[in-house]
Parts: sequence; structure tokens; C-alpha cells
Amino acid sequence: MKSLFTSGHRGCAGCCDAMVAKFTLMAAGEDCIVISPTGCLEVMSTPYPETSWEVPWVHSLFENAGAVASGVEAALKAMGKKGDTKVIALGGDGATIDIGMRSISGAFERGHDITYVCIDNEAYMNTGVQRSGATPFDASTTTSPAGKVSYGNPRPKKNMPAIMAAHGSPYIATTSLGYPKDMIKKIKKATEIEGPTYIHAHAPCTTGWGFDTSKTVEVAKLAVQTGLWPLYEMENGEVTKVRKIGKQKKPVEDYLKMQKRFKHLFKMEGAGEQLKLIQALADKNIEDFGLE
Amino acid sequence: MTVIRTLDKDKMDVAEGSYAVAHAVKVCRPNVISAYPITPQTHIVEDLSQFMADGEIPNCEYITVESEFSALSALVGSAAAGARCYSATTSQGLELMHEVLFNVSGMRLPVVMTIANRAVSAPINIWNDQQDSISQRDTGWIQMYAEDLQESSDMTAQAYKVAEDKDVMMPAMTCMDGFILSHVYEPLVLLEQDLVDEYLPAYEPEFTLDPKNPLTFGAFADPTAYTEFRYLQQQAMDNALPKIEEAANEFYEIFGRYYGGLIDEYETEDADIILMAMGSLVGTIRDVVDKLRAKGIKVGLLKVRTFRPFPAEAIKNVVKDAKVVVALDKNISLGLNEGSLFTETKASLYNTKVDVPIVGRMLGHGGRDIPEKTIEDIVEEAKGIISSGINTESKYADLKEELL
Repeated sequence: MKSLFTSGHRGCAGCCDAMVAKFTLMAAGEDCIVISPTGCLEVMSTPYPETSWEVPWVHSLFENAGAVASGVEAALKAMGKKGDTKVIALGGDGATIDIGMRSISGAFERGHDITYVCIDNEAYMNTGVQRSGATPFDASTTTSPAGKVSYGNPRPKKNMPAIMAAHGSPYIATTSLGYPKDMIKKIKKATEIEGPTYIHAHAPCTTGWGFDTSKTVEVAKLAVQTGLWPLYEMENGEVTKVRKIGKQKKPVEDYLKMQKRFKHLFKMEGAGEQLKLIQALADKNIEDFGLE
Repeated sequence: MTVIRTLDKDKMDVAEGSYAVAHAVKVCRPNVISAYPITPQTHIVEDLSQFMADGEIPNCEYITVESEFSALSALVGSAAAGARCYSATTSQGLELMHEVLFNVSGMRLPVVMTIANRAVSAPINIWNDQQDSISQRDTGWIQMYAEDLQESSDMTAQAYKVAEDKDVMMPAMTCMDGFILSHVYEPLVLLEQDLVDEYLPAYEPEFTLDPKNPLTFGAFADPTAYTEFRYLQQQAMDNALPKIEEAANEFYEIFGRYYGGLIDEYETEDADIILMAMGSLVGTIRDVVDKLRAKGIKVGLLKVRTFRPFPAEAIKNVVKDAKVVVALDKNISLGLNEGSLFTETKASLYNTKVDVPIVGRMLGHGGRDIPEKTIEDIVEEAKGIISSGINTESKYADLKEELL
């Protein structure tokens, strides 16, 4: 299959953004228009006069991808050019769930026929690993560093899929770079359903999380296998499908130990209690979504 | 030059300024309208919504966005997809768009937007001045200011004509004073559909988002190329100068109405005193000029219709033989104590052979009424400048000392 996201981009080895972009285009095919907010993906894929995009692609600002996608969709409709063309927004967690929240909320409430794919690498990586609303509990980032009186980020991740479900989206799915086939299948399904659909892709960042560049997929799998990143689909507000963990279930330490952003939890005094809190988050996911 | 209006009485209606503009937008055949309500722009978007509800704008989508930021952001996508785009806003809404304004211009998307000029907060104030759009002068938008309702309406078609010109491809703001023009009823001609179709060709951009010809829009430019993008934006503004004149002339040929291109003049030829202004204040000054001319005072009016690109050459040619020039501003650059029309006119005359005293007077901020008396007093003071030189270069002309 021809890749519509070409090599030669400036992403790091093992870059999660490049992988999600590639899988998204494998799912969507040539008849699509992609909108990206500001972030690593935009910077590393379009250094003028070069581009990695073999589909029409537009970047405007950091916080407006939802609105730009709305505008593209409305224009195609108005001019009678919509046909089967898929309008896909593809942006990072900061651009989606923090600064871009208003714009994506508006787009979903209005019911535009768009698919929004959030590449969640759990911090502002393009600016040097600052915390975002998607940063997990106790992760050390440059603006939530672990220190003498801090175990890192004090809050759990914002539950963006639930927020999008509350907008009445017909299809929402979480997915992970650990399971590319699942990711492609869900993105394809999302683009084929009419209305605003949302894909939340868990995407480990080798640079920001601190693991070997060959381990992106392995780290992603462990997030799922520990229960920290549950994979599920929601149709019209109801969970319709989950990926069971079953016998693959791993303790959260297996996932946390692979990453520098959690290394303080294995050194600091009293960190054992923190590990229990993180395990409790995973256990709650397992219970809530029936992953066992 | 004079304002020429051969209004056909059979074609005349009495309409509100906002309705006239909404109607003008309709007959310009937009594909995407995206706007968020804000006083005093609301009547424009309400009228457009009603046109949509009545099926009167074919091949058009109206996006009822959740903010002004998204209003203009949506049009980035729409315009890049090849749509003729429209929005309207004012004051806080325009300030909220600030970041997107640069973006639309930098991406060379010829969006047209009406600004119902209003003061900015704090203190919050919904009445007219021009601080909102003047504060956006460096964002790379063409800015034109209308004198009355008919011009506000007709300027819409002219703005599309200039903005979409292949040698320009820059967005344009058409500015009308909030309430004073947006909420007033006047006899006027609603922009004629058949004539607009003759005047304004369909928008056919060279580059669009099209899966059959995939292109990248909004790439990032590092120091090796950024400067050249900015240079080309300035070049487009330079190109717009003659295009604005042409658009006004061609409009006159087809519609029989003319308001000036970059500027307009009234009784300036032998004037000792020239008053400069933008927007509805121009109408008041016309009356004052008539009144004072009847008394033998040689006063004239220079209407600045286009503020961006700044018509430096046209202004210079009008004021070069005057004895004093007074620029009137409904805005202030805090920390400089000058309005922008004054600052920029003064700056554009420096390094030229024109040596005429010029002063700035700020007035009408936050909707303060500008009676003829205020203008007459300014002219009286200007007479003193001719005889004994400049005393105060720039100041408020209608300050209430008792409130300080």
C-alpha cells in the first residue's frame, strides 16, 4: 500500500506522531482533507518548501483545528464538492483537549461531518515536554517536575472521550499505537460514519517520556495491558465494545519502569504509596470497562 | 473628485444600515458565512440568518460558531477550500480574532469582513469609535471606512473585487461606524443583483484544498524564507492601491455611484484648512464645510476611505498647498497621545517636500456625540495655527475636564 505520509520528515526515530499520521491516511485513503493544529506533527512534516503530505493538508493555528475543519466541511457542502471526501482533523493532546477545547466542542455540537483524531502523547512535546490536561498522574514534566516535595503531575488525565460523548457524537473510540490494526480499523469506521466522530489515540513519545526509540509500540501495549489506557468504542453515547486484557494483565510498575518520566516513583521516599494510587486508577478502568 | 450619486428613485428603499450590508453580502454570492453575534454587529448576522432560513442565498452554508475566534478560523478552512467567505464583527470580537487575522492574511485568503466599529473594554462600552479596527492595522488586512449607509453596502462588493484580485489576494475589512451607520435607516438603493453579477466575477482561486491535486497550506517557514513571505504581503498591499481606485471607478461605471477610491476630497482645491477624517464623521464635516464656506472660511475636507494600504501619495497631493491640516481620530495610541490617522499622515509627509503644519484632534471616543460645534471649534483653533504656529500637536477635542 502506498504511504500517503512520506518519509523524509523531521520526526524523531520512533516518532508517535508520524506513526499515527501514517495509519490515519492508511485508513482514510486519498479522498480526504487533513487539518492539523500547531504542534510537532505540523512542524516536522511541513518545513517549507517540503511536505510529507500526499493528501491536501492545512495548518492554521494551535487552538482552531475544530473550527478550520468545520469550515472546510461547510465549504465542500456549499460548493457541492463534499461527495465522499473525508474531513479529518489530526492534532496533539494540548491542541485538542486544552487550548483547542472550545473549537472542537463547537464543531461537535454543530454536528459537522468530520473525524477528529487526537494524538495523545500526554504533554506539550513540541515546546519541550510541559504538562497538559492529558498528562497522567505523577508524570514528571518540565512544568510538573518531580522534586523534594512533588511526585510530578498532581492530577489524572482529563477524560476527553467522555466529554466528546456528552456532545452526542455518534462514534468515539480510544486506540493505541500498540495496536495499529485496531487503530486503522477504528479510524476507517469513524470516517465512514456521518457526523462528528472522535478517535483518541494513545501515542508514546520517545523523547518526552524517556524510552528507547525502538520501544514505542512496546510501551503503548503496556499502557493497555496494565489497564491505564482502556481500549473501547462508544456509539451514540454507549460503550459498545472493549478490548479485554485477560491473561495479559500486567502491574502498572511494568509500564512505569520503562519511562524516565516516572523514574522518581522508584527512587523517592514514600513513592510506594503513589504506585498504589496509580494501580488504583488502572483497577478502576478495568472495573469500569469490564476489561478482565 | 466629488461624490457622485445618480440614485434612481424607482430603485430606492428605506433600509437599516445593517440590512443594506446583509443584502450586499447576499448578492455577492458567498459560499460560507461564519459569524458570532456581538453588539452592534448583530443585525447584520440576523438578517443573513433570515436570508438563509428563507433559502435566499444559494450554494451557501452559514456556520453559527461558538466564538469570534472560531468564526474567522472556520473561514481559513473554507477559503482554503475555495469558498467565497464572509464574516462580521466588532470591538471585543475583533480583538479576540487578532491571532487569526494575521493567519488569514499570511495565508493570502481573501475573506471579507464587515466591522461595525465600536469602542474596546475597559471600561466596557458598546458605542462607536474606531479603536477596534485601528488596533488591527498591522495584521495585513485591507481596511476601508464608509461614510454612510449606501457606501457601507456598496463597499462590500468593492472589497471582494479588490481582495480576490490575483495581484492582491489579501483579506479586507469594510468598516462602518457602529449604531451611527449600522442601526440607522436611510433612503438607499439595495445593491442590485444583476449589476453585481456584472461587476464581481465568480471567485476562482488558483490554489485550493482538493484531493485530486493535494497541496500543503500553512507550512512553517524558518528564517531562510519567512522574510520573503512578509515582503510579498507588503507587495500585495502595494498592488491593492491602484486596484482600490480601479474598483471604485468600475463600480461607478456600472452602478453610477462613487465615494472616492483611496480618498475623496471636498472643497480642498483652494482650502487653507484641511480636515481629515474616516467614517461617518465625514458626513458631519461636509455640513460644517458648507456652513463655514458660506462665511468665507477656506476650509476643505479630505476623506480617508482606505487606511490600509495607507494612501500616503494621495494624501500628500491633496494637502501639499494647505496652510494647516487637522487629522481627526476616533482612536488613540496610549503612550503616544495621538490618533493613528494623525501619526501616519505626519510620518508620511516627513522626508517629502511638503511642509505643512499638521495637528491631531481625538474625539468621539466611546460614542461621544460629535456636534458640528466641536468641528467648528477645531477649525477656529486651526486658524490660530496659521497665524501663530502649533501650540498643542495632539489632544482630545471633546474632553470633559470637570470629570477628571
